[in-house]
Amino acid sequence: MANFYTDNPSLRHHLQHPLMQKIVALRERDYTEAQTYDYAPRDFADAMDNYDKVLEIVGEVCGTTIAANAEAVDHQGASCSDGRAHYADGTVENLDLCRKAGLMGMSMPRRFGGLNFPITPYIMAADIVSRADTGFENLWGLQDCAETLYEFGDDDQRSRYIPRVCQGETMSMDLTEPDAGSDLQSVMLKATQKEDGTWVLNGVKRFITNGDSDIHLVLARSEEGTKDGRGLSMFIYDKRNGGVTVRRIENKMGIKGSPTCELVYKNAPAELCGSRRMGLIKYVMALMNGARLGIAAQSVGVSELAWREALQYAKDRRQFGKAIIEFPAVAEMLSVMKAKLDASRSLLYECARYVDLYKVYEDIARERKLTPEERAEMKEYTRLADALTPIAKGLGSEYCNQNAYDCIQIHGGSGFMKDYACERIYRDARITSIYEGTTQLQVVAAIRHVTTGTYASLLESYAAKGFPGNLAPIADRLAELTKSYTAAVEKVTAVGNQAYLDFMARRLVEMAGYLVMAYLVLLDAKTNEAFCDSAVVYSNLIASEVAKHVEFIDSFNPEQLAAYGI
Amino acid sequence: MSLNIIVLAKQVPDTRNVGKDAMKEDGTINRAALPAIFNPEDLNALEQALRLKETHPGSTITLLTMGLPRAAEIVREAIYRGADSGIVLTDRALGGADTLATSYSLAQAVKKIGDYDIILGGRQAIDGDTAQVGPQIAEKLGIPQVTYAEEILEVANGKITVRRRLENGVETVVAPMPCVVTVNGSAAECRPRNARRVMKFKNAASPSEMAKLPEDLAARVEAAPELQIKEWGAAFVDADPAQIGLPGSPTKVKAIENVVFTAKESRRLDNDDAQIEELVKELIANHTIG
Repeated sequence: MANFYTDNPSLRHHLQHPLMQKIVALRERDYTEAQTYDYAPRDFADAMDNYDKVLEIVGEVCGTTIAANAEAVDHQGASCSDGRAHYADGTVENLDLCRKAGLMGMSMPRRFGGLNFPITPYIMAADIVSRADTGFENLWGLQDCAETLYEFGDDDQRSRYIPRVCQGETMSMDLTEPDAGSDLQSVMLKATQKEDGTWVLNGVKRFITNGDSDIHLVLARSEEGTKDGRGLSMFIYDKRNGGVTVRRIENKMGIKGSPTCELVYKNAPAELCGSRRMGLIKYVMALMNGARLGIAAQSVGVSELAWREALQYAKDRRQFGKAIIEFPAVAEMLSVMKAKLDASRSLLYECARYVDLYKVYEDIARERKLTPEERAEMKEYTRLADALTPIAKGLGSEYCNQNAYDCIQIHGGSGFMKDYACERIYRDARITSIYEGTTQLQVVAAIRHVTTGTYASLLESYAAKGFPGNLAPIADRLAELTKSYTAAVEKVTAVGNQAYLDFMARRLVEMAGYLVMAYLVLLDAKTNEAFCDSAVVYSNLIASEVAKHVEFIDSFNPEQLAAYGI
Repeated sequence: MSLNIIVLAKQVPDTRNVGKDAMKEDGTINRAALPAIFNPEDLNALEQALRLKETHPGSTITLLTMGLPRAAEIVREAIYRGADSGIVLTDRALGGADTLATSYSLAQAVKKIGDYDIILGGRQAIDGDTAQVGPQIAEKLGIPQVTYAEEILEVANGKITVRRRLENGVETVVAPMPCVVTVNGSAAECRPRNARRVMKFKNAASPSEMAKLPEDLAARVEAAPELQIKEWGAAFVDADPAQIGLPGSPTKVKAIENVVFTAKESRRLDNDDAQIEELVKELIANHTIG
């Protein structure tokens, strides 16, 4: 029986990162909860053992049932009737197993029935679930919304809703509308306060993942007459109260087990979460950041699956008297796939650790005043998480699409048929670079860390760690590439033209992201030989990518923008 | 109505993943080459017990296993999935038991537990494939038995309603309790381990395991009864030495042969009814099929 955690040693490698010591000690408040909860860890080793054992459960449930159900779920898909969305049979079974295994509300505090897992092992579970069934990762991963409810809801709301999530009720974030996709400032769903102070919601939401969930976080216009983001507030809608129906579900290209709903709100009772007018500018931004990390994890899971499917096929398939993996063209593709996988996974967990650290300080700040040192650390980790989240999501999702493409290519003609998993992987992968902010929007979020130098200083700190022996030449090469990158940044910013910067933004962000990932894989190789090949392959790959972008920027005359319609 | 449920389980070598080195030269099982697992149909039985516990709040599930001290592993495994406690019946004197001696020993342990409504177990273990132990225990305890159970449909008014999976269909039977129910592999699969229970019970240990634990951990188990896995010996369950282990086992193994299946011949048939009919007749005649 397959176990998607234990069969993948790179997961344990990332789980055991030295920074975990600090993360776990903060998260567990120096292991004081062990006195109150019989399942709380007593020390660092105990906590790590817990994560390991729970991830083993995740790996088993995923490696057996969820992965086995994926094909049937894809074929059956979700459906809609009588105003409700219905999961495919396999999805129902998957959810039931996750509930019984206690894998819901993993990162929620114990006092609300959660496991109090840090983000890093939780994200690792998402990585594993996505490899088993990418669409199911959405439904399972929406437990993330509880994080937002915890952060911004009041204590009464927390204690009413979070335990339900930990018991296995599902969530959704109802944000987008027919005329408000990437541009959420245009949300029109109307929130009206009645005379008794309670709220009702009226209007339509579209493209809502798991829109028939038990507990919804809803972005709605509470301030009549406003037109921008400052008139929006966040609400909690409880399905038990009724008032929301599913008008239809979308017929999608992939992730077909995850119902994408059009919702009609008719005087649906809801309660305000947090402060009025803060819905978009504060809460949804936080929600989206968490969701983006989730998609980054989903993307890595897809990359893993694509690489494994391709590798297996290349070993089995014989042509010209030998397995096709023995042909250099195929071997190179597989190595590049693995390198992209390793690189995006390293970035994912680097990012997850920073998210862990700033969130745990935020949480401690709810209990007591932080010391000036803690506040400074929180600020720094927030900045790093903010810089790494859009590239982890943006570039990770692009990589999983590339891996899905190559997975089909390695399958040759068979890959174009419906007989192999690779065609499903290809369809499932496609959404990752679109939802929770397209790659283009991730670039918008990341570019200020190019211009303010967050990435440059991060690269410098990686370089300073020192690389011995056979890794030294790679490190030297990365240092040279970093110089090319910073020179390109200077060149573009020196022009002082916003449209020109926007035009070059993706190239600059990609270079930064590639270099960050290359250093991270190199750091992995420093402590774990298993990453040495990927360190070589990835640095070769990105050296040519960086050179390509540098060449484009160097030889580009800003006057040519007109030719691009800019 | 709450129930006292005993689940019988066995730790077995994983014979589903047999490699070349699964058997030693003398024909005995090379246990080192095979991972020890929770007998699959016993997990099906555990799931039925867990469902009863859900529908009958306050019920308790006790796992009972006979084997080496390391069988405490499957007790923990059962506790992770929702069982309340477990007993390992272990004793050198119990070694070498056939199904008669095993069922006697387990029946003695059941009597020692005393209070029970339902005894559940897998239909058979994958190492011996006899399907005899469950029924023999029922006989020794003088209570009814329901075999090949696929689903427990209802427990009410001292009676249990069970759907059985038979060769040619299903049959629903009602039996008075207490009784023994042996569960088929076609029954619902056992639920996964529960994250919180794993964290809570991962240090659960039997006395022989506790002896090997670091002091602080052993002290913790000492202080928490729910973490203690019981270990019972033959004398503790008042077993008659003549009826247990090798002396209590009339089954004598004459010889064990390592059988290697090889494809001997293949035959090509044309796609016509006459040739196919002829082959089917031949296969029936030599008992390959039918």
